[in-house]
Amino acid sequence: MIFGGTNSGTALATAKVAAEKKRIYINNGAGTSALTNEQCSPYTIHYTYDTIALANGSAKGMMDKGLKTWYFLTADYAFGYALEKDATNVINASGGKVLGTSKHPLNASDFSSYLLQAQNSKAQVLGLANAGGDTINSVKAANEFGITKTMKIAGLLVFITDVHAIGIKNAQGLLATEAWYWDQSDQSRKFAGRFMEKMKRMPSMVQAGNYSSTMTYLNAVKAAGTDDSDKVMAQMRKTKINDMFTKNGYIRKDGTMVHDMYLFEVKTPSEVKSPWDYYKLVSTLSGEKAFTIPPDSKCALLNK
Amino acid sequence: MEIFGLSSSALLSQLLLGLVNGSFYAILSLGLAVIFGLLNVINFSHGAMFMLGAIVTWMAGQYFGINYWVMLLLSPIVVGLVGIVIERLLLRHLYQLDHLYGLLLTFGLTLFIEGVLRSIYGASGLAYSAPELLSGSTDLGFMVLPNYRAWVVFSSLTVCFATWYVIEKTSIGAYLRAGTENPKLVQAFGVNFPLMTTLTYGFGVALAAFSGVLAAPIIQVSPLMGSNLIIVVFAVVVIGGMGSIMGSIITGLGLGLIEGLTKVFYPQASSTVVFAIMVIVLLFRPAGLFGREK
Repeated sequence: MIFGGTNSGTALATAKVAAEKKRIYINNGAGTSALTNEQCSPYTIHYTYDTIALANGSAKGMMDKGLKTWYFLTADYAFGYALEKDATNVINASGGKVLGTSKHPLNASDFSSYLLQAQNSKAQVLGLANAGGDTINSVKAANEFGITKTMKIAGLLVFITDVHAIGIKNAQGLLATEAWYWDQSDQSRKFAGRFMEKMKRMPSMVQAGNYSSTMTYLNAVKAAGTDDSDKVMAQMRKTKINDMFTKNGYIRKDGTMVHDMYLFEVKTPSEVKSPWDYYKLVSTLSGEKAFTIPPDSKCALLNK
Repeated sequence: MEIFGLSSSALLSQLLLGLVNGSFYAILSLGLAVIFGLLNVINFSHGAMFMLGAIVTWMAGQYFGINYWVMLLLSPIVVGLVGIVIERLLLRHLYQLDHLYGLLLTFGLTLFIEGVLRSIYGASGLAYSAPELLSGSTDLGFMVLPNYRAWVVFSSLTVCFATWYVIEKTSIGAYLRAGTENPKLVQAFGVNFPLMTTLTYGFGVALAAFSGVLAAPIIQVSPLMGSNLIIVVFAVVVIGGMGSIMGSIITGLGLGLIEGLTKVFYPQASSTVVFAIMVIVLLFRPAGLFGREK
């Protein structure tokens, strides 16, 4: 059994080897929806989120607010492309329009040039199809150059730790799609409290997903009375997941763990009541609507 | 008016942004050039020193409430001292050996320093705000320029040309230049050459730290901020000519502009354009644009 992988490219390669060797592969960190679509396998579980769910969350959220024209800042590699493509599909399907894209190199430190191009496009939304340090530096520079006055920023993959790193002053108003937030329920708060005690920071959705998926796996081994891959997979598929991470989540035939996704808006500094109190809920997207819908899937396991 | 399908105001604003990045390249490659010129050391820890300059500034603000302006002076001194310790304890023993040993040592130091800070502060970085005085922005008509960026250009150019002046036009600089040509002879004239190398290394490192302080409010202060930048800076030094002071300044600014334009016309290539230029320059002028063949 293998857990982990945050890079989409290595995750796809790992999934392939795991399938050959008939070992269960559970991924929480990588985004690519190909893991459960074109390249799905009976041994892969994609647990926390994928690019389709992120696109559905952020793009639909913006369209619902009446913001229909987009400009993308896209990281120039597999993940960025997947994110932009999935979001573009959502935007086009709901009558919006993508006015332009800047593809920037991974780990670029300066985003000002792309931001000015975005501003010149007169689009209403700046879609960030990047992650981590790139997202953080894009948001910082967007504030500095006054982009946030004319455009709304939609981060397609924003972790709460990124918001923390950007600082509430610069991050306020940012829209983010997440699978989990620490301040959602008693169970999530309890888990977050334990995490905080040890790590001195709040867990992100990926960290919570790692914990939840590990427990799901271990409970399945216990219930099945074996660690045989096929039997444990069968056990996990027939058990609903109800824990600190999600309610009524389930693992579909294509390996997607189907669960609710949430669109959050980052609070303004005056709304923040305690450390890490960053998000207010905008909308909840049911798992069936957030992840790839079966008719759209190219995964043979799902449609047979 | 349109140039290459781009309005002249848009082009102007992109050039201005290129100049901001060019200022960073100029000051970083200047430090490398000074160090290489006198010590013959390819200082791979330059990026780590840049990062230390930024992170020391952040720490001073966070733990001691020391403001940006003080750190603009203090951080280069502190990091410069770190550089002096490195030179005295480690680098000194490698001068008789091949360049590669110095490169390996400084590269190892980089991995070590980045690793330690990464385990303490994580990889996502720390936010540092621009000082109140420079926090606004100015509407230039063709673009809104954050005041802080203008300050970056102004202060790095000032420091660059002051360094050039000291090295090329003063007697201290004359000793330095003589030392690069023939250290033994300079020593015979009663100049304390080992002390001079130590101070030069400290100064080169301080330049890196200075640009680190300048960068802190612009890019996220993170343990890896230097390694993202340093490879480009090395290319700048090679293009300008290893050890050439004015060459590194002019090349730094020039490549910032070229990179800025690339970001408009074909952004995917913006991280590689500098290296493409490096290949072309090396083919025709192996010693770099401003370097002299030895």
